[in-house]
Amino acid sequence: MTDLMVPHEAEVVERISESATIFTLRLRFRDGSRHARYRFVPGQFNMLYLYGVGEVPISVVSDPQDDALFDHTIRAIGRVTRGLSRLQPGDRLGIRGPFGCGWPLEQAQGHDVMIVTGGLGCAPAVSVINYVMRRRQLFGELVIVQGVKHAEDLIWAQRYHRWSRMEHTQVMVAADVGTALWPWHVGPVTELFAQARINASDTVAMMCGPEGMMRVAADHMRALGIVEGSMWLSMERSMHCGVGRCGHCQIGGKFVCKDGPVFNYTQVKDLLPVRGL
Amino acid sequence: MENGFLCRDRFQDLLEALRSLGYQCIGPQVRDGAILFVALVAAEELPRGVRDIQAPGSYRLERTAGPRFFGWANGPQALKPLVFAPREVLWRAERAEDATIRFIPELPPPLRLAVIGVRACDLAALDLQDRHFLGPPAEDASYAARRASLFLVAVHCSDPSDSCFCASTGDGPRASTGFDLALTELDDGFIVESGSGRGAQLAASLALDAVTGDMRSEAAAQAEAARARQRRRLPSRDLRAALFARLEHPRWALVAERCLACGNCSSVCPTCFCHAGVETPELDGAASVHARVWDSCFTQSHSYIHGITVRSDTRARYRQWFTHKLGSWHEQYGRSGCVGCGRCISWCPVGIDITEEAAAICTGTGHD
Amino acid sequence: MGEPAVMAKKPRVAVHKFSSCDGCQLAFLNLGEDLLRLSSMVELVHFAEAGPVDPDAEVDIAFVEGSISTAAAIERIRSVRSRSRFLVAMGACATAGGLQALRNLADGAAWVADIYAVPAELDLLASSTALAQHVRVDLELWGCPVSGRRVVAAVRALLFGVSPVEEQDKVCLDCKRSQTVCVMVTRGLPCMGPVTRTGCGALCPRFGRDCYSCYGPAENSNVEALGRRLEGVGLSRTAAGRRFLSINSAAPPFTEAGRRRAQDHE
Repeated sequence: MTDLMVPHEAEVVERISESATIFTLRLRFRDGSRHARYRFVPGQFNMLYLYGVGEVPISVVSDPQDDALFDHTIRAIGRVTRGLSRLQPGDRLGIRGPFGCGWPLEQAQGHDVMIVTGGLGCAPAVSVINYVMRRRQLFGELVIVQGVKHAEDLIWAQRYHRWSRMEHTQVMVAADVGTALWPWHVGPVTELFAQARINASDTVAMMCGPEGMMRVAADHMRALGIVEGSMWLSMERSMHCGVGRCGHCQIGGKFVCKDGPVFNYTQVKDLLPVRGL
Repeated sequence: MENGFLCRDRFQDLLEALRSLGYQCIGPQVRDGAILFVALVAAEELPRGVRDIQAPGSYRLERTAGPRFFGWANGPQALKPLVFAPREVLWRAERAEDATIRFIPELPPPLRLAVIGVRACDLAALDLQDRHFLGPPAEDASYAARRASLFLVAVHCSDPSDSCFCASTGDGPRASTGFDLALTELDDGFIVESGSGRGAQLAASLALDAVTGDMRSEAAAQAEAARARQRRRLPSRDLRAALFARLEHPRWALVAERCLACGNCSSVCPTCFCHAGVETPELDGAASVHARVWDSCFTQSHSYIHGITVRSDTRARYRQWFTHKLGSWHEQYGRSGCVGCGRCISWCPVGIDITEEAAAICTGTGHD
Repeated sequence: MGEPAVMAKKPRVAVHKFSSCDGCQLAFLNLGEDLLRLSSMVELVHFAEAGPVDPDAEVDIAFVEGSISTAAAIERIRSVRSRSRFLVAMGACATAGGLQALRNLADGAAWVADIYAVPAELDLLASSTALAQHVRVDLELWGCPVSGRRVVAAVRALLFGVSPVEEQDKVCLDCKRSQTVCVMVTRGLPCMGPVTRTGCGALCPRFGRDCYSCYGPAENSNVEALGRRLEGVGLSRTAAGRRFLSINSAAPPFTEAGRRRAQDHE
């Protein structure tokens, strides 16, 4: 029997610094046959084990077709993630996964796609953007919406500029607090929603970020005419096991690790407005 | 299936029969002022004549001259620690000089345990734990190993405590399923029934007398009395809709003023399954042990994610425990997570009563 | 909690002492084999009770025992801070002012006059305070004394380059994990476990006695509800208050809970 609780050894092949606190680890399993068997979909996550320290759930951000390596973009904020940030090429760690449900990428094919992210570097959504960019002909219009509190919080600004030059792609970035050189909107990101060039009734929306932000964004998207059943969001909770056993990730009756982390909006809309669930 | 009557002075035969099949017996004994399930060698170690007097925040034992071994309701724990261990090592990581890491899975030792004196509520709780730990995506290896080793000898509850409400949840006081053997205790001995093939085999190896009609009617009367004696109840077996419609009920704040957020209710609850991963590296750094330990939704770390504590106050934590136990369990496992054992009432240091809170929260509109 | 800097291969460690009984240093010394292993992994440059003395040494990790109760101590803790990359407040005195902080709530001068022949020779501050009131503290290890296991775990974590785990759950959780029978529920003992930070492994309840909170307040401690309960098991209001005013009397939730009961009585 495969024990889902026991990690497998992986190696850091490359470490990319994204910002002062955000970094990407590019990994491969040491066991070649395990690596060859490893399959994931964007939106799923792995449990990363830092030797002697502990485990932490991190979503996979690379493209499933790039099977030489798999990537994790991580913000160094807790004791494990700060420890992971010190890993260098050649260092070893443990991996369990992938766990959870990913984004509805097959359902989104042939439709317009609106991706809304908030806060600092929302890695789960970036995996979707990359996925759509690689298979551009399979999707309709692509609208990328990113909101940050402060202009200085935006990472990957160059990517947003690059994406905004692509055909059938619209990039809307907003900061609540701008700076002199901030090229995008200053104010709530939701003010931009009305400008989205989509056929709303034929749009699949995917959201990632703070729960309050996603709740407000969903209200605005509904106002645009996007149907609730076509809205998806990625939730975050504490996770120790990844397989629905440890109980930490519950929100209402859902285990975020196995019933999510990607949920249809209709599954969680009653829970989102309640603080402290 | 009814197998016969085991005289009280032949109770040791049952223990010997189990031992001859390779089981170590675990049974109720008085330890530190409570009924605990510990290694049982001789029938004399059983709590003969002992009664438990339970009330919110209080548990006392009393000795009587009565002959019965099982004339009490329950203690702080029964089956949960035997299958979902308070600390379970899952694996060990070893790091070599060249920095490679090797992961070595660990399983609990293959002990065969026969547990004597299990209650109907314990069996109902075990069934819930089974659904949680043995269901998809894959059986939990440690739980499965411990679970497979159990032989369960139930004793129908004849003396529910003041905290008990299993009749209200539909889980007792008579055990109806999930046991290998079930005993009805009468003053002179036990009516033995089997609930599994191996239970029937074991019963067949015992010298049993015939069960008389008088014994049967005494057993039935005893079961009815045990049911009738229970004063506490939940408003309904399914409170999911009622609770999730009242997430902002003022009662949550009131109970939070009394609640210590100590986690005792979740620790004694036979269905609570939350656990935390803990890492214990050896000092020289050459190896590290990864274990899971009982955790509680009443701790800060339970809902901690990258700098944010989702449930930062007791109101949110109590609400999580309560709405999960009586509400979301239905969504997860098709029934309430409460089996009516009353432990959370007795072992709460400040005596918060789940049935009283349920009544206060689930009746009325939620805005009073 | 401070960010642990990447540690040297063999970090330099100092153990300093302020107003205290030396019990936490003893917890260190009592580590036995682990102390030998530890001493091969770190360089113990200052640890007066164990031998090496170099109080002004620059170190990677400083363990500091004791509270700040004199003007000279304020200067010295600042000096220790400036020479230490990672500073650990070790034990109840360093984390909460210790038993000696009882004088903060009383007429300390009168106590001194009662005890000392020449009180003027003492250079005492008005109160005994935790290190964190004077300098930045990277990690607090609570307890009277601190547990050796936690000292070892902290060093191990720092050697791995990560913050040590902060244990702040309640003693009750460890009681239940060790299947210790609750002394409050079965015997009505005035146990402080429901508001006390774990780390001792529920030592007292495991031996059948009530916790007296030598590890200080746990996170989210409902001291009011426990105070009422202590009165419910038979303590007078003053006696219930005194349960909070003991080893960790200067830890804010305890000071408040204790004081309220003391004042109500007056």
